Amino acid sequence: MTTSRNSYAIELKDLRKSFGKTEIIRGANLAVAPGERVAIIGPNGAGKSTLFNLISGRFGPTSGEILLNGHRIDGKKPFEINRKGLARSFQISNIFGRLSVFENLRCGLLWSLGYRYAFWKFLADLRDANDRAEELMQMIKLESKHDTLAMNLTYAEQRALEIGITIAGGANVVLLDEPTAGMSKSETKRFIDLIRDVTVGKTLLTVEHDMGVVFGLADKIAVLVYGEVIAFDVPEAVRANPRVQEAYLGSVLAEQQAADAAV
Amino acid sequence: MNQTLHPKTAAPAPASAKYYEFKPYNVGRVVVWGGFALVLILAPLIFSGGLAHSMLSQMGIAIVACLSYNILLGQGGMLSFGHSVYTGLGAFVAVHGLNRIAGGMPIPVSLIPLVGGLAGVFFAVLLGFVTTRKSGTTFAMITLGIGELVHSMALMIPEFFGGEAGVSANRVVGQSVMGITFGPQIQVYYLLAIYAFICTAAMYAFTRTPLGRMLNAVRDNAERVEFIGYNTERVRYISFIIAGFFAGIAGGMYALNFEIATAEVVGAGQSGAYLLFTFLGGATFFFGPIIGAILMVVAFVLLSEFTKAWLLYLGLIFTFMVMYAPGGIASLIMMNLRVAKFGKLRLVWTSYLALAGTALIMLIGAAAMIEMVYHLQLATATEPTLKFLGVTLNATSLDSWFGAALVTLVGLGMFEATRRQFARQWGEIQAEIEKEIRRREAL
Amino acid sequence: MEFFTISMLNGLSYGLLLFMLSSGLTLIFSMMGVLNFAHASFYMVGAYVAYSIARIVGFWPGLILAPLVVGALGALFERFCLRRTHKFGHVPELLITFGLSYVLVELVQLIWGRTAVEFAPPVALQGPAFTLVNSSVDGLSVVWGAASPAMCQAADAAVRIVCSPFPATRGFMMFVALLMLLGLWLMLTRTRIGLVIQSALTHPEMVESLGHNVPRVFMLVFGAGSGLAGLAGVIGGSTFVTEPAMAATVGSIIFVVVVVGGMGSLAGAFLASILIGVMQTFSIAVDQSLLGLLGKLGVSGAGLASSSFLNLTLSQVAPILPYLLLVLILIFRPKGLLGTREG
Repeated sequence: MTTSRNSYAIELKDLRKSFGKTEIIRGANLAVAPGERVAIIGPNGAGKSTLFNLISGRFGPTSGEILLNGHRIDGKKPFEINRKGLARSFQISNIFGRLSVFENLRCGLLWSLGYRYAFWKFLADLRDANDRAEELMQMIKLESKHDTLAMNLTYAEQRALEIGITIAGGANVVLLDEPTAGMSKSETKRFIDLIRDVTVGKTLLTVEHDMGVVFGLADKIAVLVYGEVIAFDVPEAVRANPRVQEAYLGSVLAEQQAADAAV
Repeated sequence: MNQTLHPKTAAPAPASAKYYEFKPYNVGRVVVWGGFALVLILAPLIFSGGLAHSMLSQMGIAIVACLSYNILLGQGGMLSFGHSVYTGLGAFVAVHGLNRIAGGMPIPVSLIPLVGGLAGVFFAVLLGFVTTRKSGTTFAMITLGIGELVHSMALMIPEFFGGEAGVSANRVVGQSVMGITFGPQIQVYYLLAIYAFICTAAMYAFTRTPLGRMLNAVRDNAERVEFIGYNTERVRYISFIIAGFFAGIAGGMYALNFEIATAEVVGAGQSGAYLLFTFLGGATFFFGPIIGAILMVVAFVLLSEFTKAWLLYLGLIFTFMVMYAPGGIASLIMMNLRVAKFGKLRLVWTSYLALAGTALIMLIGAAAMIEMVYHLQLATATEPTLKFLGVTLNATSLDSWFGAALVTLVGLGMFEATRRQFARQWGEIQAEIEKEIRRREAL
Repeated sequence: MEFFTISMLNGLSYGLLLFMLSSGLTLIFSMMGVLNFAHASFYMVGAYVAYSIARIVGFWPGLILAPLVVGALGALFERFCLRRTHKFGHVPELLITFGLSYVLVELVQLIWGRTAVEFAPPVALQGPAFTLVNSSVDGLSVVWGAASPAMCQAADAAVRIVCSPFPATRGFMMFVALLMLLGLWLMLTRTRIGLVIQSALTHPEMVESLGHNVPRVFMLVFGAGSGLAGLAGVIGGSTFVTEPAMAATVGSIIFVVVVVGGMGSLAGAFLASILIGVMQTFSIAVDQSLLGLLGKLGVSGAGLASSSFLNLTLSQVAPILPYLLLVLILIFRPKGLLGTREG
């Protein structure tokens, strides 16, 4: 698969998605360069998860284009998109409950190593798969839980496993959907370091609510409001952007003004 | 730096090698499979006689059939109500194969099960494409519909299905090798035992392949599988074909053993039996269906002789298993093995005795009532009394009924009280075991 | 002409009976995600209970009481058995209803025997509702009730008269089914409990946090669905035959109806029921075989004539038509006719 010279890792062109009569994504445009780390922020209901679902192929857009490394992927099935080098994690841990941690990670990388639907080889003999799975376990710091069933892990451990499965296949474009959701401050801090370590050299898109995470992890921030990307720039520029301020603070400002007037 | 050792220890590995693998001979594995082979070889010597040999042969067939069913149910989470289609069609093709051999086709009789297996593959490829496009409840309904379709067609195409009488054949045909004609039941048994052993080993091996593991992943979280590069439909379809292969072999084994195939072998009753007994044996462990298969043959051949109500008892046992032990007998065994491993079994065995005792009282009362009803149904005209466990009951007298009802209710009450006590105790033990596991993990 | 009309009406009545059954099934599935394998068994129990009640006090009390008994049975089952399996997932839920279907069939055989019982419709419903009299001289006319023998036989040998009766039981079946449909629709859309049910269909947790007793609603819906199946049983059992196999024969067909119509869609179930009902009724009456059809098209041959498959008439093949429809739908429109949910 060739990549055109100046292509973006991910490009959204006038992307639209409606559910029945409700339009959630209303003409989103975005161009993420390879290796960039982008945080997608926005008020609740802006459509961030929907955007991820569209990009990763969970459902298709109503109109518009999604390009991965210059090739159109809108309307393709999730496994087709994954095979082209894009992986995503889920906001609610989507792991294989009755398999062990090791098995979970190994499953994540079987296709990328070319084992397809092989039923004539033994898993125990797949040197590269087993070694890589061990490596991943170390990276996400779950070596001590090698044989623990995934459903018996703690919440934070499951989130770590979730990330592990996502990056197992070696995808170059990684989408993380609220990776630190539900974690305490200290867990979050450790998790950010983990994410930074495991996504070295990859293109990263994350949806985040925690501003500390955003500023600590992202090169650029995309602000999604009512299904449109209203800003996409380095953090300082986004902070100063009046449209962003209005979107976040607008209601507070208006209330303040009304309160002042009433006095 | 971690290592892959059997068993696990923490020792540094040489800096140059990535991961050092220490693989001694897996003694446990040799013991288990050797034991299995030994049991297969010695069983007909311990249980001798025509009936025993016939039952053992049927168990061999059932083991392959139930294990093939569990590829779908236990490994893949696919609930099929129409598995008898593949075992049955395999049987029909195999019977026709036997007839062809009699007509001169140069295939050894001992390979007939493989003929059945190929038939199973053929039909699984054909029908599986439509069947595996959906999952869950819809999949179950589709298998039901296709099962009914094939069963209904069985009476419409007499060339293949032989109409009401079915198709029969003779297994004593073709060249006999070293004097083995497969005429006597014992010869058939050993052939079936060889197939059973090889098929069990093959299906176990399947669970340890990439496709087998991905099938488990599809069972646990089909959606996630799509996001790690696998087409879940394809995973299910190929696994379905593999299950169909082994189902067909079971059908071929059936054809060899019974030398006849009738429309019943593709019927809903047979499919229901596979489901019932595989679940009863335990779908979550590999050896569960083996237990289920043995129970299936025992129930069909022996239990049906003891009482006319055996299907009712079966349905009730199955229903209770679903409510209280959905992992089947295998899970009950494994849970208790785990309790024993942590040294807590002696705390529980008294509760088990109490449970068994009270359950027995309850069952005796209920069985008495059921037997009396059957007796009323069938034989009151001549004789209102019947013998039940050495006691004479009068099916028409109120005393007998009152007595039986009382025994049942008392047993029920005592059982419920014992069960609650046991549940509390079991919960405590499980909590202690969990704590111990965490403690060991932290080391 | 009159054959077509009568067959159409018969087909519609059978389709409506199928809908009575599949609507309860769809309702339970939509709300609880459980496909009640024992639904057809409740149908059978309804027939048998009504039969027993009818022997003591008559058909009409049986018509009222039997559905109530079956509904209570269903509610109790939900409360004590099905509820326990919710935490294990959908497969155990389906399995426990499967187990129940086994147990119910055996219990029925235990109590009422293995052969069919004489469950006759009441005197008021015996005989035809109306008769179509087609005379080659006088044309088509409708006679309420039965046509007298004199009307059906012409004195003159040259006049041909055909009398086609439409059974009152079938008419009653359609009447009850439509009444039930209306009642269901009214309840779901106009009453408060219907509103709660509709919302619990898609957001059970939300409804529970609003203070409604969702487990009790489930029990109610399961009981009501079972009761409807029982009602269908009273009518079906008295119109057709009451025997232990009736659960199996109608059971697989309603599952086909539900899948063909689209899992979880009431409108789809209605459409599929009518379609299959009409299709079955018409095909049973057709005595053409594939061989005959080929012959009409001018295709013939010695080898063809001996094939028993080609010699099968449509009426002989009729039992498998619903399943063929199932396979076709799955190939060309896997969502079902009006399906919205993925099963």
